[in-house]
Amino acid sequence: MVAAMATRVATKTTSPEHIDYLLRLGDSSLVLGQRLAEWTGHGPVLEEDIAMANIALDFIGQARLLLTHAGNLEGKGRNEDALAYFRDARAFRNVTLCELPNSGIAKGHGQSADYAFTVVRNLLFCAWQTQLWAALAQSADAELAAIAAKSAKETAYHLRHASDWTIRFGDGTPASHERAQAALDQLMPYTNELFATDAVEEVVAAAGIGVRGAELHAGWKSLVQAILDESALKMPVASAFQSTGKSGIHSEHMDYLLIEMQSVARQHPGAQW
Amino acid sequence: MSVVAGADLDAELRPMVAHAWQVLAGVSDPEIPVISVVDLGIVRSITTAAHGLEVRVTPTYAGCPATHVIEADIIAALAAAGLAARVVTTLSPAWSTDWISVHGRARLKEYGIAPPGQDAVDADSGCRSQSLQFYPACPQCNSKNTERLSQFGSTPCKSLYRCLACREPFDYFKPL
Repeated sequence: MVAAMATRVATKTTSPEHIDYLLRLGDSSLVLGQRLAEWTGHGPVLEEDIAMANIALDFIGQARLLLTHAGNLEGKGRNEDALAYFRDARAFRNVTLCELPNSGIAKGHGQSADYAFTVVRNLLFCAWQTQLWAALAQSADAELAAIAAKSAKETAYHLRHASDWTIRFGDGTPASHERAQAALDQLMPYTNELFATDAVEEVVAAAGIGVRGAELHAGWKSLVQAILDESALKMPVASAFQSTGKSGIHSEHMDYLLIEMQSVARQHPGAQW
Repeated sequence: MSVVAGADLDAELRPMVAHAWQVLAGVSDPEIPVISVVDLGIVRSITTAAHGLEVRVTPTYAGCPATHVIEADIIAALAAAGLAARVVTTLSPAWSTDWISVHGRARLKEYGIAPPGQDAVDADSGCRSQSLQFYPACPQCNSKNTERLSQFGSTPCKSLYRCLACREPFDYFKPL
């Protein structure tokens, strides 16, 4: 399924941090795309079923571009499929926020999915991506800059969708308000990871390739706060919790997700269809 | 080295590239067959390379599944016209609905899809753009008394609206 992609091969040696950074971005989009695709055929109403499938498709589109680019820079012959289907959980670099089950954390795997949890996660993640793409559009990595500029346009639609529904839930019935607030309370601690600058981000930021997570926080917070104000939802008090998915240490939910996503490719390696 | 400039193409090659543009004007988008890939604005350039033509194509949406069909259709149509070509995907600059031709917009409307508004979206400001208040005209009766049913439709590039004057639902090509 690899397109004849215009690859810009790095003229100098690519740092391991550069590849790691691309995997973080690509894996986060891929894993959230997989989670959202779980709604296909199960959406609360037909229009939302279609919307979630569309948004999932856009995330998987982002992942394809980012993972293809990471594989090209790595130079070990791994394409997007090899990276998506033949790595185990420890090699994935997505933030933990993206792998949490649609049912919410309290209920765990295999329980009935909660649309409020899905919508609020999209709000938090897409508000972050809005800041991220704006920064990365200036990246010294020209391919990453092109991917960011392309993705920014699609993310504007994702964020609007999540914002509309967060407002509808928060400012809706007591039941919808309560579920949206509960989702927000569960999810907010996982956003800390988005803004926790680490050694990988320091290296790519110094090279002008990437951005320090901490630099995105102020813009993200004002975007989210504006929607919460309109939703009559309360920003939860700050927590010290730190998830660690971007370093490859994931929650207990990650293996279940990968088993479902990778099983066909692993049962039929190299299959064409 | 886009063909529109064309200055550095050999006189011999120029008709071949012009022919290729004509051929591609007859290649339809697989999901919206009334519009050609040229009118859609996704064919960015046609140039000559060592082993035939090189067609640069940009995707509408990064995850759009029609992208591969479009590539195959372009190669097949050019081959049928006796032109060997390869397709190169290019991401930058990112595709915009502003690149849909005037002819393409008219074809969309005839087909029942409201063409994208050019002033409708501000991608930089994200969700709080003015486009929330933007109502496309109904492609059937031209009324602006319309409402959005869903921001996402049957393909990544469309959203679903309803006309409150003639009561017909219709697709709106999302501005990007």
